Amino acid sequence: MEKIKIVKLTKIFGPHPEKALQLLTEGKSKDDIFNKTGQVIALTDISFEIPEGEILVVMGLSGSGKSTLIRCINRLIDPSFGQIFIDGIDITTLDHHALLELRRHKFGMVFQNFALFPHRCILNNVEYGLEIQQIDKALRQEKAKETIKLVGLEGWEEAMPSQLSGGMQQRVGLARALAIDPDILLMDEAFSALDPLIRNDMQNELMSLQARMKKTILFITHDLDEALKLGDRVVMMKDGQVVQIGTPEEIILAPTNHYVKQFIENVDKSKVLTVNAILTQNHHIIAYPDNKPDTVLLQFRKENLPYLFVVQRDNTLIGIVQREAVRNAVERGDKSIANLIQENIPTVTGTTPLKTLIALLAKWSGPLPVVDNSRKVQGMVDSHSVLVVLAETEKD
Amino acid sequence: MKEFSVPKLPLDDWIDQSLAFLTEHFAFFTKSISEPLEDIIEGIVEGLMYFPVWVLIIFFSLIGWRVAGNKVALGTLIGLSLLWNLRLWEATLETFTLVIVATFIAVLVGIPIGILAAISKKANHVLMPLMDFMQTMPAFVYLIPAIPFFGLGVVSALFSTVIFAMPPAIRLTCLGIKQVPTELIEAADAFGSTRFQKLMKVQFPLAIPTIMAGINQTIMLALSMVVIAAMIGAGGLGGEVWKAIQRLEAGMGFQAGIAIVILAMILDRISQKIGQRKM
Repeated sequence: MEKIKIVKLTKIFGPHPEKALQLLTEGKSKDDIFNKTGQVIALTDISFEIPEGEILVVMGLSGSGKSTLIRCINRLIDPSFGQIFIDGIDITTLDHHALLELRRHKFGMVFQNFALFPHRCILNNVEYGLEIQQIDKALRQEKAKETIKLVGLEGWEEAMPSQLSGGMQQRVGLARALAIDPDILLMDEAFSALDPLIRNDMQNELMSLQARMKKTILFITHDLDEALKLGDRVVMMKDGQVVQIGTPEEIILAPTNHYVKQFIENVDKSKVLTVNAILTQNHHIIAYPDNKPDTVLLQFRKENLPYLFVVQRDNTLIGIVQREAVRNAVERGDKSIANLIQENIPTVTGTTPLKTLIALLAKWSGPLPVVDNSRKVQGMVDSHSVLVVLAETEKD
Repeated sequence: MKEFSVPKLPLDDWIDQSLAFLTEHFAFFTKSISEPLEDIIEGIVEGLMYFPVWVLIIFFSLIGWRVAGNKVALGTLIGLSLLWNLRLWEATLETFTLVIVATFIAVLVGIPIGILAAISKKANHVLMPLMDFMQTMPAFVYLIPAIPFFGLGVVSALFSTVIFAMPPAIRLTCLGIKQVPTELIEAADAFGSTRFQKLMKVQFPLAIPTIMAGINQTIMLALSMVVIAAMIGAGGLGGEVWKAIQRLEAGMGFQAGIAIVILAMILDRISQKIGQRKM
């Protein structure tokens, strides 16, 4: 089941949201409504779902409503209309007490400017969420120390936040959120205030933590590169509305409108697109070790390839056979191609970024096999297909 | 000059009448606490007088040294020794005690009110004009109604001093709490803090330096009021000044005045440093 489900969420700032909603359904623009009623439409009709364990990145410029959106999820801001389901429970109906319980156990939040408590040392900052739950001091400090270790700040427990660099402060912010062991991480522009190099480190760190923890993460950013790097899926927002939802590849390959297209113009597509986007599946590229050389030679004539991929009967990759070697074997009258196999071919997987693939292709100069985690062949890629897809994304 | 026909509002009569009403119904209560309060204050002064003077001078200098360093310690030592030499030691202790007790009460009442003003808009709307009133009303005026409630003497002085000195404690508590950055409030909320937890764990600790600045102001105002309050029998250094005024003795007046300045500087430097040390 989806962890978070948002249904027709609308947020209007002002004393009479019904009036503004009425105008909105009549098709008036945000500016018109503001001029008429003085009310600000922050979010309009937002609906999407986040399955458990997914990183969903909400991407938009300032004023797009993304910060309001993330604050609606834990009701730091109360939505005007619509529902938000967490584990199937509509949290917009919760009373104050139930809401506190929900915040204490379900959500860890990380803020753009870290929002560490300046009067508390690192340990006291990290244990804050547990302290609020009135957990026994020894127990919560032990848990806090573990989490501090997890984010790589062991030994800094007694330091004050002001003694730490920005990157380290945000590690504390992350640790504070993780210490309560929440199901959901809400990250509000968590890395936007950091230097580019540090930001990159933190992104990698988050991804490696996520590989172990499998939290459901809602990440807000205004940086498309960050969105495409971190997101399993990306929600593009503009003026309080969702413009497009999709995987990073879907957004790059099929932007739904001009706005998104403008955005992705300057993105390095080869970092985002993966081998999956250009994978060729063709059973003629495969041969088995017990094949006769003359059958294999026939296959070569059809496929015009320098070599074929040799696999076992369960499709596990063994290596390649060269065209020349097969032709010689036919002349020699060999029984099979088993002795002709070269085993040292590099492989890629479906999720290898094109950037990595390009480097490999440049060295190898020939098609490469695409395999899954157990080395079963999924298909192949060659340099031509890379060029085709990159040319495609640059087209207007 | 031509007389205007619009009659004067009897504001003074109204106030007199309401004060008379309050006196009639509450004076028995205020009078009943007046005596024990006076005993407490006199008890503290007597307690302090029990120590040899040089012990107290060294004790206060040590506090100055612990809190604010060498310079303040030396200043305290020299200043208090001078007061002793001028034969003003008892008057100084009386004034000091009254200031400390008044500050203590003003802070005890002022901080909760300041917190209330910070978290409730309605309370804020009521309190802010009230505090403007308390601060700008000429301090002498408080002395008049204090007498029917508490009788002539030190408790009336204490009462008017508390009223006059409390506003900074309220204002700066309120300011300190409002100044806590919204993102920290958001962080506290995001982890499910109750209102009380948020106040005790985030807002109040972060407001402490500002609150301490308010307490410093309260001490200074209390000191200035204690001098005025000598007119209704508060005694102390203010009493010395008052005596000098009545006898038109400039030397005696300045001598007591300088003593007040010395006491003010010592209290100010030490209480300021307590505030700064906290962060």
